[in-house]
Amino acid sequence: MNALTYESPDSVDEAVKLLAAADGNAKLLAGGTDLLVQLRMGMITPSLIIDVKKISETTVVKEVNGGYRVGAAVSGAVLGEHEGMKSAWPGVVEALELIGSTQIQGRASMGGNLCNGSPAADAVPAMIAADAICTIAGPNGRREARVEDIVIGPGVTSLETGEMVVDFLFPARPARSGDAYLRFIPRTEMDIAVVGAGVSLTLDEAGVCTAARLALGAVAATQLVVEDGAAALIGSTLDDAAMAKLDAAARAACRPIDDKRGTIEYRTKVAGVLARRATKIAQQRAEG
Amino acid sequence: MAKIHVTTTINGEPTEFLCEPQQTLLDVLRDELRLTGSKEGCGTGDCGACSVILDGRLVCSCLALGAEAEGQEVETIEGMADGDNFHPLQQKFLEGAALQCGICTPGFLIAAKSLLERNPDPSETEVRYWLAGNLCRCTGYDKIIRAVLECAADMRGNQA
Repeated sequence: MNALTYESPDSVDEAVKLLAAADGNAKLLAGGTDLLVQLRMGMITPSLIIDVKKISETTVVKEVNGGYRVGAAVSGAVLGEHEGMKSAWPGVVEALELIGSTQIQGRASMGGNLCNGSPAADAVPAMIAADAICTIAGPNGRREARVEDIVIGPGVTSLETGEMVVDFLFPARPARSGDAYLRFIPRTEMDIAVVGAGVSLTLDEAGVCTAARLALGAVAATQLVVEDGAAALIGSTLDDAAMAKLDAAARAACRPIDDKRGTIEYRTKVAGVLARRATKIAQQRAEG
Repeated sequence: MAKIHVTTTINGEPTEFLCEPQQTLLDVLRDELRLTGSKEGCGTGDCGACSVILDGRLVCSCLALGAEAEGQEVETIEGMADGDNFHPLQQKFLEGAALQCGICTPGFLIAAKSLLERNPDPSETEVRYWLAGNLCRCTGYDKIIRAVLECAADMRGNQA
């Protein structure tokens, strides 16, 4: 096993240089709530840990043209105290806050939740529903990518060797927009999603849905964008007929596994229910 | 491999230590600094017995590296009493028998202190959710929750 080194650079450029020099043997440390467990269990044996919490870009929330740029390492506790994000994207904030205990919230971040690549990651469906954009820095400079394009399999991301997620842009919202995230677990707290559903939508003055996105978690190897579910909502007043179509579209999209948390049949049924309930919460928020 | 030199503040005292890169903050507190009040239960962030306050946030010290304490403030159970005088939460835990074996107690006390500093008048539900990351296999939680609620009421009364 390689000797381990720890670095805490104060800029993204410096972090990217360290990543490049480590030739794939470095791990980025944000909150550490997944990484340090994996290190302890011997699941990973990096030669270098790069702590990104001394970097201003990865640890602040900034208002940008009416939207918000959230650093990849901003903790749930910090985001949960940010009035602007809570008001504009309450579903995203709630999703991040569902992860773990108060202690975990003191550390856990959206960047870590995304890059850990768990199919059951709570923050991710809400971020995908919000159509958040990642800034990615790497040896060839910076690029942007949609959150939905990052996780490509359990524990696997589309990031190239030497790339890191810097922050997430949550765009400014049109009037009468709302979002919500719901997850099902068999108890009230401290568990991993059996199913998660994130919805973001916009209504016109008559209450007709003009834009919608639905993302599901824990029902496939990655989070799913359910375009048929969004299509069921757009053009409707979110009436019973639209809700039935949404439910059917969500169920049709599911490709879950059977495990100790739930069966294929159960997860599929719950995905439809949560899609409907999250839509109703998003609608109430859009109506203000 | 050279050790990392860390300069930090623990319970208000400027402190320096040397640690290995993979040593957790809990390892450093217990094995290097002999502050053994913080306990290791699970070592994976599930049980809360190692709870400390790092840079103003309640965290599991088993899920932070010692090196991350550089330039930060750390509060541990050892800093909770004022000399020979217990913190009101410690006193209330004793009076209410809110502990049996005691392994989880430092974590509960630090977590409860962090709650009452933010919210001096929590509901029972708020206390239960805030402490959901602290596991106790003896008490059944009820006496712990009651001790925190009674302590909050006492502390509010003293301030009035």
